[in-house]
Amino acid sequence: MSERQIQLEVLRYNPETDREPRLQTYSVPCLNEWVVLDALNYVKDNLDTTLSYRWSCHMAVCGSCGMMINGEPKLACKAFIREYADQIRVEPLANFPIERDLVTSVEDFIAKLASVKPYLIPKEDKSISAGEFKQTPAELKKYKQYTLCINCMLCYAACPQYGLVPEFLGPAAIALAHRYNQDSRDGGRDQRQEVIASHEGVWECSFVGACSEVCPKHVDPAGALQQVKIASTIDWYKEHLMPWVKK
Amino acid sequence: MSSRPYIREISKTGWFYGQPRYLRYMAREVTCIFIFAYTFLLIWALRALANGPEAYQAFLDALNSPLGILFNLAVLVGVVYHSISWFSLTPQAMPLQRGEEFVPGNIIIGAHYGGWAVVSLIVLFLGV
Repeated sequence: MSERQIQLEVLRYNPETDREPRLQTYSVPCLNEWVVLDALNYVKDNLDTTLSYRWSCHMAVCGSCGMMINGEPKLACKAFIREYADQIRVEPLANFPIERDLVTSVEDFIAKLASVKPYLIPKEDKSISAGEFKQTPAELKKYKQYTLCINCMLCYAACPQYGLVPEFLGPAAIALAHRYNQDSRDGGRDQRQEVIASHEGVWECSFVGACSEVCPKHVDPAGALQQVKIASTIDWYKEHLMPWVKK
Repeated sequence: MSSRPYIREISKTGWFYGQPRYLRYMAREVTCIFIFAYTFLLIWALRALANGPEAYQAFLDALNSPLGILFNLAVLVGVVYHSISWFSLTPQAMPLQRGEEFVPGNIIIGAHYGGWAVVSLIVLFLGV
């Protein structure tokens, strides 16, 4: 197995002692198969136990190890060392406050996600004995890509609009609201519209499209946001030009 | 949250430098200025038309000047870039599901080019 010496530049911040973040470089012997997360684990295990970062599954499922790798939002567990030069810069996810080293504060995202009610709100109550809610493969396919979202927040780090206007609800939260709106079993759209069709909702999006480009699960949040814009515009016209038509 | 989270400031005016995808986005947005500029040209044309044959001839002469041709060429490049960049985004905004499968994006983009060609032909037909 071939080994390569990598200079890993890590942005570090200790809220107890530092006024601002600083770069620290570690020289890490990396195997060709390694991902950036392996290099960070090597640092933690062998060079510097004080380094803080989040990770869990090491297989692009948990969404914990999102960070900026050479300025690009990436999952550290999916960023292969062999695709980078000998110097790699690792920073905390952009657009989020830094808690410590590579750990960012996620409260804002969690609150926004909860606000869009990202769960099934059934159209009608049905007892368990009445059986399951059935769905055709076509109805499933309509929203399936959005179910792959792992809440890793790379899309928020890529979105310049979220960086400039922190009130913006953001890509993942709106894409997940859209996922339930598109679900044939769901009846909660009116409740979600109040939040996602607001100014801080879809209308803050200017379709940069970076969210979809960086998504490690190939979800298309940018597409979801434009579809919500179109549907909300149709709602507005129906309400103002055809008030007699029921939504 | 810790007691002293560090917030990285973002430049309100320079955030798009150094990131190709942001620059592409800005290019798409900025090229709308060419469309804006051309609408003024059309308004000028209408005014010249309303002011009689001589005024209209003066307008046509202005269009035929090197500056007029340069302006039209610049607008053409800007508008073509603007249109192409927006057409390429249409499958994301307007996905079409037929049966179980989604219609391939190229067909949706192609339909927009088709529509563009039809409108251009109609304009050409009316103009000749």
